[in-house]
Amino acid sequence: MAKRIGIENSIAAAEAIRMANVDVVAAYPITPQTHIVEHLAELVADGELDAEFIPVESEHSAMSVCCGSSAAGARTFTCTSAQGLALMNEIVFIAASLRLPIVMILANRSLSGPLSIWNDHTDVMSVRDCGWIQVFVENGQDLFDHVLFAYRVAEDPKVSLPVMINIDGFIGTHVIEAIEYWDEAQVKKYLPEFKPVNVLDPDHPITVGAFAVPGIFSEAKKAQDEALIDSKPHIIKAWKEMEKVIGREYRPVESYHAEGAETVFLTMGTFNETVSIAVDALREKGASVGQVKLRLWRPFPFEELRAALGGAKRIIVIDRAISYGGPGGPVASEIRAALYGEKNMPVITNFLCGFAGRDVTPKDFTAMYEKTLDLAKRGVVREEDYIFYGVRE
Amino acid sequence: MESLNVYASRLVTKREYFAPGHRACQGCAEALAVRFVAKALGSNCVVASATGCMEIVSSPFPFTNWKVPWIHVAFENAAAVITGAEAATKALIRKGKIADKGTVFLGMGGDGGTSDIGLQALSGAFERRHDFIYICYDNEAYMNTGVQRSSATPFGASTTTSPAGRLKAGQVTWKKNMAEIAVAHEIPYVATACSSYPFDLMRKVEKAARIRGPKYIHILSVCPTGWGIASERAIWIGRQAVETRMFPLYEVENGKYRITYDVPEPRPVEEYLKPQTRFRHVTPELAKQIQDHVNAEWEKLKAKTNL
Amino acid sequence: MAKTVKSEEELGWKDLEVGCAVSQPGNASQYRVGDWRSNRPIWDFERCVKCGVCYLYCPDAAIHKNAEGYFEADLFYCKGCGICAMECPTRAIKMIEESE
Repeated sequence: MAKRIGIENSIAAAEAIRMANVDVVAAYPITPQTHIVEHLAELVADGELDAEFIPVESEHSAMSVCCGSSAAGARTFTCTSAQGLALMNEIVFIAASLRLPIVMILANRSLSGPLSIWNDHTDVMSVRDCGWIQVFVENGQDLFDHVLFAYRVAEDPKVSLPVMINIDGFIGTHVIEAIEYWDEAQVKKYLPEFKPVNVLDPDHPITVGAFAVPGIFSEAKKAQDEALIDSKPHIIKAWKEMEKVIGREYRPVESYHAEGAETVFLTMGTFNETVSIAVDALREKGASVGQVKLRLWRPFPFEELRAALGGAKRIIVIDRAISYGGPGGPVASEIRAALYGEKNMPVITNFLCGFAGRDVTPKDFTAMYEKTLDLAKRGVVREEDYIFYGVRE
Repeated sequence: MESLNVYASRLVTKREYFAPGHRACQGCAEALAVRFVAKALGSNCVVASATGCMEIVSSPFPFTNWKVPWIHVAFENAAAVITGAEAATKALIRKGKIADKGTVFLGMGGDGGTSDIGLQALSGAFERRHDFIYICYDNEAYMNTGVQRSSATPFGASTTTSPAGRLKAGQVTWKKNMAEIAVAHEIPYVATACSSYPFDLMRKVEKAARIRGPKYIHILSVCPTGWGIASERAIWIGRQAVETRMFPLYEVENGKYRITYDVPEPRPVEEYLKPQTRFRHVTPELAKQIQDHVNAEWEKLKAKTNL
Repeated sequence: MAKTVKSEEELGWKDLEVGCAVSQPGNASQYRVGDWRSNRPIWDFERCVKCGVCYLYCPDAAIHKNAEGYFEADLFYCKGCGICAMECPTRAIKMIEESE
């Protein structure tokens, strides 16, 4: 059994990047991503990571530098949050269309305004359509493991897509947890050398980023969509291979007592653990309740989700983001879309909570469960499209 | 006229790294400049281009005019993209993953993609001291989108967003001096060039390729379409720009200034302005303003060469 | 390996290279930009001194030397801009209208 050490999650993540032996790190500081990048700078300065550390002058340049770097054949990393993601937005979309295997850790934080350095999912939900592979991790060990996973999947020649790892800012990045680092042999076994599909090489000149006229643009988009959809089996395979190497299991959709439960919570990120505590307490009192944890966000795991949620009568979807004046939180919209037309479609109640890192406790989730049951008792399918939980009037 | 030795044209390589069949306008002196730069650099280079005329005319998917590795990402980040490729290559060589081929990294953009939207990325790339050349192909407006003004549009020029009308006489600000901004970053080499002077241009590109660190070359790229001249005059008007001292040809090596094409007897600026439709509204008063400014700038430049 | 085509409309989404990269350098050379011109340069070989200035200044690299060492336009690429005619030091080039 490998040794587990108590360490801040950000530092552990940086150590995972060191173990992945990245070649280029290009990042701009933004709370709460800072500790990851600072530790990477230290590792490079101490000679423990042989990489070019590029302190770019903005996040837009960070992702642009990553595009140039990845296209030149280097294993490339960047990291940002909220406003940084918003600033690099156009390049994030382009990176996916160019099929560059960049890995980015997104320390989830509120998108302004007002300005907030604290955690929610409004940032990642603003790039749902960007074309990256997107996963949500729930704790420090999860984060560490997924760095190695991300490079393995991104650089797989059958995938060749950028990967975004979402970790809740502060709540996930700044806490000290017991983390088991991989050893060199495990990394070597799991993560091969990067052999790019396309590379800028004077001996074999290629053109990257040509423009597309209407007569070919749709075909280009179709090809990109198919690439993301087709990445799913390779993602699942990468998780299965990881389980063989380190013994921890990860799946696109993970169930916690969801089988046979009448009411099922759907959560992502650090809320997973909090809600599990509420589920345990409710089950002790005899409630028929379970939880489904959504780990793979893009490509959306339709099959696995329908299988996990199909048996439930009611689903409580927890959103940490909002689409103003829209049909509900982003996650709830997607769950509704995924289950639309299914036989015995469950009733979906959507709670928005946890903005800017506001604490949502197991008691709160219990209250949400009770509210949902109350609606069910009254035979109400939809009282509000979404419930903005815990807001003072 | 630049003394063209009768045999000098034959000394230029016959290879075309910027292949014919590109979709630039007839008489595009910017495409000509790219052709010269491609000849000067040869095949051992990697090019990152900003969105703009040259990017569009040379990369209509699934076709390309580039015979060297070429990447286009977006409008304002050519400097960031190329320095990413440069840093990546540096790391890969150091880690023993690839051989050191001495590849030259070139970032290129138009005046809009350089002095306006691309200025931040360029400044950052200069400050971080990456080993790359940045070439600004300056046709003095956002030509690809229909001749809108940029900060490189000369004072008094009429563009679609600085039109000469009843109240306004074209561009109201003076051309942003990008070469001087580059010099202020204390990079090892800065130069100005023009496709009307091919040997001066190619020599400067070759020189830049031999120097380590960030290099900047600003090329005046005549645009018959946007400037309003007959296509056959593209080279001729570039010469007028230099001969009237409106666009001096010089280089700055580690802060030391040298005019590479001296103009001891300048022509009056009217000889440059009058043949162009974009200046047709220019009154004698406006022309005098421009002449005074050109004179002052030339004196400033001369003074720097004596330091 | 990429499929060689004359127009993008011949390609289906499965034919596209990863990330829409183009791995055939300079394949745009098959595009006949010469169709654009309304004027064409002709050389008077009596005046041509084979200096190569026309070749140098052509933005489209559409001038080449013939077997005798004189210069002529490659009509596949020549857009008829007239730069060669204007720059020729011995005025050996004249622009004539395309009559077709």
